[in-house]
Amino acid sequence: MKQFTGFLRKEFLHIFRDPRTMIIIFALPVIQLLLFGKVISTDIQNSKIAIRDESRDNTTREITAKLLSSGYFVPADELLPGDDVEEVFRKGKVKMVVTFGSNFEQNLERDGKADVQLLADASDPNTARILTSYASGIINDYVKKEKLQNLQLPHQINTEVRMLYNEGLKSVYMFVPGIMAMILMLISAMMTSISISKEKELGTMEVLLASPLKPIQIVLGKVTPYLLLSFINALTIILIGVFIFGVPIKGSFIFLMAESFLFIMMALSLGILISTIAPNQMAAMFISVLALMLPTILLSGFIFPIENMPAPLRILSHAMPPRWFIVIIKNIMLKGTGILFVWKETLILMLMTFVFIGLSIRTFKIRLE
Amino acid sequence: MQEKVIEVHDLVKKFGSFVANDHLNFEVYKGEIFGFLGANGAGKTTAMKILCGLSAPTSGKVKVAGFDICRETEKVKRTIGYMSQKFSLYEDLTISENIRFFSGIYGISPAERKAKQETLLRNLELGSAKDSLIGSLPLGWKQKLAFSVAIFHDPKIVFLDEPTGGVDPITRRKFWDLIYEAADRGITVFVTTHYMDEAEYCNRVSIMNNGRIEALDTPENLKKQFGAKNMDEVFLKIARNVE
Repeated sequence: MKQFTGFLRKEFLHIFRDPRTMIIIFALPVIQLLLFGKVISTDIQNSKIAIRDESRDNTTREITAKLLSSGYFVPADELLPGDDVEEVFRKGKVKMVVTFGSNFEQNLERDGKADVQLLADASDPNTARILTSYASGIINDYVKKEKLQNLQLPHQINTEVRMLYNEGLKSVYMFVPGIMAMILMLISAMMTSISISKEKELGTMEVLLASPLKPIQIVLGKVTPYLLLSFINALTIILIGVFIFGVPIKGSFIFLMAESFLFIMMALSLGILISTIAPNQMAAMFISVLALMLPTILLSGFIFPIENMPAPLRILSHAMPPRWFIVIIKNIMLKGTGILFVWKETLILMLMTFVFIGLSIRTFKIRLE
Repeated sequence: MQEKVIEVHDLVKKFGSFVANDHLNFEVYKGEIFGFLGANGAGKTTAMKILCGLSAPTSGKVKVAGFDICRETEKVKRTIGYMSQKFSLYEDLTISENIRFFSGIYGISPAERKAKQETLLRNLELGSAKDSLIGSLPLGWKQKLAFSVAIFHDPKIVFLDEPTGGVDPITRRKFWDLIYEAADRGITVFVTTHYMDEAEYCNRVSIMNNGRIEALDTPENLKKQFGAKNMDEVFLKIARNVE
């Protein structure tokens, strides 16, 4: 036990003396979360739109007011009927142009039909899609509530849409689990693999192996500090998510932490596996970035929906541990489900942990022989 | 008859079909400085790793400090010290932090550590550098410190794997003074090197070639046997004979 605490003290000294490690462990999670949550938010807020109103009647004015008071849009330009729309887009500030056809109110009241054109700048397709769907939603809503009541159109179907578990469609709800997976992967897997391969590179690993320390003690000593730090990070990310971004925790907090613990163990064993393969720090870093960070970001469903991926990538995404972890935390935090609904994902993570540990032991033995 | 601290009988180590150590047989006595020579790739490091318990032999019997290397690896590790080719100290820790860490591994009590650390630093004239990071020290100091730390727990045998690589002759000479001091204290020194002038400093040397020990005796006897002026010539003659 005394040997072990001595080892831990040395590991913490390594961590605290290296500014790069300190930044990755303590600053990166917070910066990432704030960046994704605040800056790279895919929520639409205050997008600039231009209005081209050829009717200028009460209805078009009311619809315009509705659009602008929604919080999604701010007026940038008022266009006249003859103005060149493309010119407006080329200037690049306006994201969408709303054009009301002539005699809008009259047509609507007489025929129940009138023309609105939504022109969006689709050089950013995602934003364009969201803008047009928000705008048409607002317009339809207005027309239905204010105008069509008196018209009594027969056989009309009203669809009512409600977004469950994330009514405000806040993207931060998605980012908190995603970033948590990414950061835990980064610290647990990458930092451990780097710190173990550093000992190999510097030749100190041989000295440790030639000492009375058992290999398992060396590995535990290397891994424990990162286990602790990862756990602190998981807590920090959840706290920032809850108190700064208002992400709810509907399920059990203890269950959430237990699942995070499992994910950390998985990432640590992956880090150990990488360090048994990598001959030096550079290789460990390279493998970690290529094999862990990119897939975590791209293939886990964190940024790009798995359903939209081509079949080979979709199949590959099954092998990505964060994919399962993200499902688990989203379920616990947003839906409040318990183990009954995520046992499959939990089991997959456990299995992955055992496979990584098993493989590490095997490659380690081969190296010793 | 002197006490044997290392006994090697028919040691064979194979990596696939490659034979790194081909039936090695030798003994090392207590308190002697044993030079383990050979060209790069001759199998010295492989044999040394087996003696330190870092690697398992394919066949043969190896006893270190009276313990069987295969069955009593833990006991062997407790009684030996090891210094690798690269530095075995942590560059981002201070001298006293390194000493504290390695003492902890070998179970040296804090009181004993403090007393020994003081003598060590006084002998090396490093007293004022106690709290400097290893990374900030010159190469020669690092090597001396690494050696002192390797024998800090008073092992019966210390294994040095090319300890003087990359330093100037004067520093090397000073390093050998430390080795003599350790040998005087009764610590057996097992050292690999490819500097032939260092071979002259050893009590006995063995010369390896292609996985086999081709010669083993005192430097004096070897020179007589091969009719050579110095160890360099002995080495070259052996290499030529084998070819």
